Amino acid sequence: MASAVAKMLNDTLDWITLALDVPSARAVIFGVQIGGHLFVEALLLVAILFLLSQKSYKPPKRPLTEKEIDDLCDEWVPEPLIPTIAKDMQYEPPAFESAAGPHAIVNGKEVINFASANYLGLIGHEKLLDSCISALEKYGVGSCGPRAFIGTIDVHLDCEARIANFLGTPDSILYSYGLSTMFSAIPAFCKKGDVIVADEGVHWSIQNGLHLSRSTVAYFKHNDMDSLRSTLDKVTAGNKRAKKLRRYIVVEAVYQNSGQIAPLDEIIRLKKYRFRVLLDESNSVGVLGCTGRGLTEQFGVPVEKIDIITAAMGHALATEGGFCTGSSRVNDHQRLSGSGYLFSASLPPYLASAAITAIDILEENPSLIRKLKENIALLWKGLSDIPGLSLASNPKSPIVFLRLKKPTGCARNDLQLLEDIAAYVLKEGSICVVASKRSTLDKCRLPMGIRLFVSAAHSESDLRKACETLWRAAARILEENTK
Amino acid sequence: MITIPYLTALTTYFSYGLLFAFGQLRDFFRKIFDWWRSSNLQGYAPICLGLEDFYIRRLYLRIQDCFGRPISSAPDAWIDVVERYSNDNNKTLKRTTKSSRCLNLGSYNYLGFAASDEYCTPRVIESLKRFSPSTCSSRVDGGTTTLHNELEACVASFVGKPAAIVFGMGYATNSAILPVLIGKGGLIISDSLNHNSIVNGARGSGATIRVFQHNTPAHLEKVLREQIAEGQPRTHRPWKKIIVVVEGIYSMEGVLCELPEIVAVCKKYKAYIYLDEAHSIGAIGKTGRGVCELLGVDTTDVDVMMGTFTKSFGSCGGYIAGSEELIQYLKYTCPAHLYATSISPPAAQQIISAIKVILGEDGSSRGAQKLARIRENSNFFRSELQKMGFEVLGDNDSPIMPIMLYNPAKIPAFSRECLKHKIAVVVVAFPATPLLLARARICISASHTKEDLLKALEVFSEVGDLVGIKYFPAEPKKPQQERGVIKED
Repeated sequence: MASAVAKMLNDTLDWITLALDVPSARAVIFGVQIGGHLFVEALLLVAILFLLSQKSYKPPKRPLTEKEIDDLCDEWVPEPLIPTIAKDMQYEPPAFESAAGPHAIVNGKEVINFASANYLGLIGHEKLLDSCISALEKYGVGSCGPRAFIGTIDVHLDCEARIANFLGTPDSILYSYGLSTMFSAIPAFCKKGDVIVADEGVHWSIQNGLHLSRSTVAYFKHNDMDSLRSTLDKVTAGNKRAKKLRRYIVVEAVYQNSGQIAPLDEIIRLKKYRFRVLLDESNSVGVLGCTGRGLTEQFGVPVEKIDIITAAMGHALATEGGFCTGSSRVNDHQRLSGSGYLFSASLPPYLASAAITAIDILEENPSLIRKLKENIALLWKGLSDIPGLSLASNPKSPIVFLRLKKPTGCARNDLQLLEDIAAYVLKEGSICVVASKRSTLDKCRLPMGIRLFVSAAHSESDLRKACETLWRAAARILEENTK
Repeated sequence: MITIPYLTALTTYFSYGLLFAFGQLRDFFRKIFDWWRSSNLQGYAPICLGLEDFYIRRLYLRIQDCFGRPISSAPDAWIDVVERYSNDNNKTLKRTTKSSRCLNLGSYNYLGFAASDEYCTPRVIESLKRFSPSTCSSRVDGGTTTLHNELEACVASFVGKPAAIVFGMGYATNSAILPVLIGKGGLIISDSLNHNSIVNGARGSGATIRVFQHNTPAHLEKVLREQIAEGQPRTHRPWKKIIVVVEGIYSMEGVLCELPEIVAVCKKYKAYIYLDEAHSIGAIGKTGRGVCELLGVDTTDVDVMMGTFTKSFGSCGGYIAGSEELIQYLKYTCPAHLYATSISPPAAQQIISAIKVILGEDGSSRGAQKLARIRENSNFFRSELQKMGFEVLGDNDSPIMPIMLYNPAKIPAFSRECLKHKIAVVVVAFPATPLLLARARICISASHTKEDLLKALEVFSEVGDLVGIKYFPAEPKKPQQERGVIKED
C-alpha cells in the first residue's frame, strides 16, 4: 500500500518535471530564461488582478421616502423670529416737539440740545427754509423714480456740481441716504480677492460694505499708525501680484464711535505701499479746515491724493442723503455699479436744494466754523476735570466723547450707568445728551460713552450749564456706584 | 411666463453677437493705442480690469442718452424733459437750457401725489417751518419727533398690523432688517426675480440662500421639503429658522404675487413670510391697502410686511409693520434705526397727509376717486395695447405694464422715437432684466386723463409699426361711432 502511494507520487513528480522541462518552458525570450515557475507566477498575477477588480463593499444608497420627509417636516421646530424682549430693550427716546436746534422742546419743557449733529447751527436758518419751500412748491416732495428712470431732476445735477466745486474735485455723485453711501460705494470698487485694510472702529455702514464686497479685510488698531504700518507690511508681504490686485485703506475722518481724528498726513505717506485711500468725511465736511473743506484742508493734503471721499450730509449740512466724490473715473463707475444709486429712488429735490443752500451759507460765513471751534474748546475746558469720566475724543473733533474712568467690567452695567447720567442730566438740568447705543450686528468693540454734539449755535451760557450739570450728575451717580 | 418667438430669439442673439464682435475689435485697437502711450496708473491696479466693464464701455455707452434724462419740473403726468447733446459720441452728455414738454409714462406716481397737492403741500410746508428739513440725528439720539410717532401709528393702522417702524430709505430698510432677523444657521428662500435690495440684505445676513422659481408655490413647497429634510449644508443640523421672501408686485414683470397659496405652504412648513410691498401698497386693493386686501389674505398670516413710500405716496422712505414685539426688537437693534439720520419731517408729513387723503379722512372723496381711476386707467391701457398686437406683461389691475422689445437695436429706437413724439418712456435692458428680454416699462398714474392715454396709444401704435414690436397679430378694430371712443369688450 505505502509503496503504491510512493510510486504514484514519484510518477506525478516525474510528470511535472517533464512538463516543466518542455522545450517551450526552456525558451529564452529577450535574453530572459523562462523557467516553468513563470507560469505559476502568471497564474498568481491573474488571480490578484481579478480580486482587485472586484468592487469593495458599500452600503446601498437609499433616498428618503416621501413619508420620511413628511415626518422630518412635522418634527422640525423653528426658533422664534425674534428673541424674547428683555427689560433693557424697551428704551424710548425723548420725542421732540420742535426743530432739533440748539434749544428744543421736549415734553413741553425747553431743553438745551446736545444730541443733534447740527454742527454749524443751520437748522432753522431762514435761507435754508426759503429754498426748501420754493423747491417743494415747484417739485413736490418725492422724486418718484431711480436716477436712470426719470428720477434725475435738474437740482440733483446742480447739487452734484456744487459739491464738486466746493471740494475741488471734478464731479460728485449724490445718494439718497447717508447710510447707503458707504455700503454702496465699497462693493462697487472692491470685489472678491481684493485686499482692504480698515480701522477697527469704523461704523456699521462701512462694516456692512466690507462684508458685501467679499474682499479680504484686515483690521488695524483704532487710530494707531504703527498698527496700520505693520498690517500693511504683513498684507503686502504675502501678495506679490500687485498688477491685478486692488488694495484699499478705509478710514473715517472723525470717527462716529469715538470722536478721534485720523492723521491724514501719515496715512498719505503710507500710500507708498500702493493702496488707494477711501475716506469717510461725514462728520468733518463743513467742520475741519479753515473754510470747512474737511480733513484734507486741515492737514494741507491736496484733495487729488485721496481716491474716494464719501460723506453723509445729515450732519453739518443739515439735510439728508450722502455724496461720494473723487476722480471722474471713480464717479462714472459708480453711476452703473453703486447699488444704492442704481436700484433706489433718488434724493427728494427739496433736500438737494437745501444742500446747495447750506454750502452757499457756509462759503459766505466762514465765521460759523470759527465759532464752532471756540465752542469745542470751551466745552473741553469745562469738562476736563469731571469726576469719574474722561474725555476720549480729539480736542478738535465736534463730537465730544466722555468715557468712564473705571469701567465696571460688564458692558451692560456700564451702559446702565451712562444712561442714568443722561436721564439725570435731562431731568435736572434740561440738557439733552446721549449715551452711545450699539446694534447687535455691530462688530466694533470700542468702549461706549456719552456723546455731546457741539454746535456753532450754542451760546457760552449753554455750554457752561452743560458742564455744571454733567459735573453734578457724574459726581452723584458715579460716587453712589463706587460706594 | 415670457415665451420668446423663435425668429426673434435668433435675431437678438445675432445682434448681440455683432455688438460683442465690434466691441472686441475696438478694444483690440484701444490696446494697441495704449501700448504706445504709457499708463498713468503709477503701479496701482486699475479700477476695472479687462472684461469687467466691457458691457458698459461698448454697449451701454452707445445708448446712454435713453437713460437718466433730467427733468426740470415735478415728476407729474406732464414733465419738462431737458434736452442734452453730446460732442464725443455719447460718452459725455451736456445739458442745454431748452426743455420739451412730454407725457410722463415712466415715473412711479401711481396715485398722483408727485406734484404739489392741494391738501398735502400746505401741511408739508408748515411742518418744514416747524421741524426744519432734517433732524441731523438718528432716531435714538435726538431724531424722534412727535411727527415720527404719529407717522408710525398711522402706517400701522393703514397696513393693518399692530405696530410699524419707519426708515428714511426703502433700499436700506431691506438691507438693514434681514441681517437682524436671521443670521448664520438660518435659511432664506427668495423668489428668483426679487429686487436687488433683498438680495443685498440676504447676503449681508450670512444666512444660506436658496431660490425658488418665480411665483410658483409648487416649486416653493418642493424646495422647503428638500431643505428641511436635509438640514444645513455639510453638517446636516436642523435649520434655526426659515424665512420666505416674496414681493407684492414684481416691478419688472408687473405680475401679482400668488400670496394665498404661498401663505398656505409656509404655514404648513412653519416658515416665516416676509412680504415686500414696494409697488403694491397704496396702488392696488379696494382701499389701497395692497396685495393682502386684493387677494383676501389676512394680515396676521404674514409675519413681516415691508413697503416703501416712494411710489404711491409721493415721498421717500420705507417701513416695516409687524407685531409689537417685533417692532420693539427692531427699535432696539436695527442699525438703520440706531445710526442713520431719521426720515426728514416734511417727507413724514407728506406720507401722513397722503394716507389721510386715501382713506378719505380729509373730508373729500379724492382718495377713492384716485384709486378707481388708476384701476380703470391700467385696465384700459393694457387691453388696448394687447388689442394692437403688443406683447404686454402683467396681471389685470397692476399699474405696471412692460412691453417686450427683445432686440438691442429696438431699445434706443423705441425710446428716441417716443421722445420725438413728446412721450417719455423708460426702457430697461441688461443687467436689470435677462440679456434677451429687454423691455419698455409703462407706469400708469391716477393723474393721467383719458386724452393723455389715447394720445399715448396713438403714438405707440405708430412707433410700434415703425420699430416692429407688434409681435402678436392685432385684433380687427370694431366700427367706431365717434372719434375718440373705442368700444371696450
